[in-house]
Amino acid sequence: MTVALDTPRPALSDLVGKTLSLRRRWKLGEVVFWGLTAAAPFLLPRGMLLLNEVAILALFALSLDLILGFAGIVSLGHATFLGAGAYAAGLFALHVNADPLTGLVVAVLAAALLGFLTSFLVLRGTDLTRLMVTLGIALLLFELANSFSTITGGADGLQGISMGPLLGLFPFDLQGRTAYLYSLSVLFVLFLAARRMMASPFGLSLRAIRDNPLRASATGVAINGRIVMVYTIAAAYAGAAGALMAQTTQFVSLDVLEFHRSADLMLVVIIGGAGWLYGGIIGAILFKVLQDAISLATPQYWQFWIGLLLVVFVLGGREILHGLLARSRAALAKLVSRRAP
Amino acid sequence: MLTILFDGVAYGMLLFILASGLAVTLGLMNFVNLAHGAFAMAGGYVTVVLMQRYDVPFVATLPFAFLVPAAIGAVLERTIYRPMYAKSHLDQVLFSIGLVFMVVAAVDYVMGSQQQLIRLPAWLQGRFDIAGIGIGRYRSFVIAICVALTIALQYVLVRTRFGSRLRAAVDDQQVARGLGINVGVIFSLTFAVGSGLAGLGGALGVEMLGLDPTFPLKFMIYFLIVVTVGGRSGLTGPFTAALLIGVVDVAGKYYVPQLGAFLIYALMVAVLFLRPQGLFAVPR
Repeated sequence: MTVALDTPRPALSDLVGKTLSLRRRWKLGEVVFWGLTAAAPFLLPRGMLLLNEVAILALFALSLDLILGFAGIVSLGHATFLGAGAYAAGLFALHVNADPLTGLVVAVLAAALLGFLTSFLVLRGTDLTRLMVTLGIALLLFELANSFSTITGGADGLQGISMGPLLGLFPFDLQGRTAYLYSLSVLFVLFLAARRMMASPFGLSLRAIRDNPLRASATGVAINGRIVMVYTIAAAYAGAAGALMAQTTQFVSLDVLEFHRSADLMLVVIIGGAGWLYGGIIGAILFKVLQDAISLATPQYWQFWIGLLLVVFVLGGREILHGLLARSRAALAKLVSRRAP
Repeated sequence: MLTILFDGVAYGMLLFILASGLAVTLGLMNFVNLAHGAFAMAGGYVTVVLMQRYDVPFVATLPFAFLVPAAIGAVLERTIYRPMYAKSHLDQVLFSIGLVFMVVAAVDYVMGSQQQLIRLPAWLQGRFDIAGIGIGRYRSFVIAICVALTIALQYVLVRTRFGSRLRAAVDDQQVARGLGINVGVIFSLTFAVGSGLAGLGGALGVEMLGLDPTFPLKFMIYFLIVVTVGGRSGLTGPFTAALLIGVVDVAGKYYVPQLGAFLIYALMVAVLFLRPQGLFAVPR
């Protein structure tokens, strides 16, 4: 018994370190994926505007994945931070400075501040209370933006935003090429940060909280501090997505705070699989392509199909889809390992 | 001033009837059903269609506004809701939001997106004065129905055999099954009655809340507030919360209209922050 008690300590920390460094290692699929996104302007020169939307949605979904997939916080009001970032960036561009990167930083800081302040509200209670609180905060912000229409433009939105060129060199063009590359770079940088974060002890402790808060706190994880931190970070990410949206479309309206944004976002993360970082990105691609296809066919009623998708997904479609994904991943891994033994 | 209070009480009562089914499914059975408003909307449309197309008098439509959503509720519970009970809250949320989206789009397709209006019978229109307080006839009608329903609900839940079986089934399904209680039937019946009550509330609310395809989304938050703020232990908590919300909302919209629904949301966030279990519940 004494031997067994002595040995695990160094072995465990070794194991954790090994697992973490294994997770940090880049896999071939990831490199190919990001290579493809960078080559997209040449592959799909006409789809830049849509791809820009995909990149922004992916960043937004990445943000929800951080709190939903890793920390297990169910949020039905994530549009709060998208809206905060969008309005911050829009107002900054209108009244202070039209430089995109400065605006991005301002929006991220604003959303992070809001996230930090509201994170204390999600510390307590069950899933249901969190759901209600996040939803309530989103509605509060919507009402605020609606009533202070002198600042936000109300239902008409912020108009007349004109952005300066990116880095002072690249003006935003009509095809959306600069916009896409700008959004993609921001997404990539933030993704790298998230990837590194989630493959660190911090990320591990978040998973522990998600799986069993009681046990996590018993092993010495400061739950509240971690949740405040990840919620603030996620808010900052969503703020960045909002800023990108405001800057690349040069328009902000109340729509960024609408409930359906938060609900759709859930679907995006769930399609791709939560707690995996790529889930949000894949979900965003599928969602936007689907939305584009459906709204071409029935522009008015496409929400019906989104709803149907959600219902079918929960009633058993997810197992099928993720089974397919896992099988194709396994097949791919087999193929790769055969080529490079 | 007192007229506003009265209107607030009527509004709160209506909210309670609308949310009472949710108070049982969400509050007691712990099932997050964001699609509850869809049943209320079904009741509203039943009344509208019967009145507009078949010239049925308003009061005569009310039983149908109860029965049709109850039947829909029973069928849906048997088919697609039941597998959801055991799933996580996140799945329940996604599932019911999906339902809401489908219903909103489908009703928009069938009935059109415009606000539906109904003509109340003459004896329910206008208002009368008691000691200088203007009291709307229709609102007193609504209050009377809601009070009767509330008493009946509380009686059924607390005093009857069905009520005690339901409470047993909610507290511990397995033990209840072991005692020979048919939990499945009880849940179906409860779900159906809850949906029917929501439908009745929706029909009564056409005049006060309005009715268009986005109804389930617009009022979803109100129902949820009633249940979560009230606490999930029975019907008295949600009842008090519904009255509180009704009065605060009506008064807020009257005195500070520019804030809109801000006041209600702020109230909810504050209550849930201070008492995550709701105002009147003890942590289980």
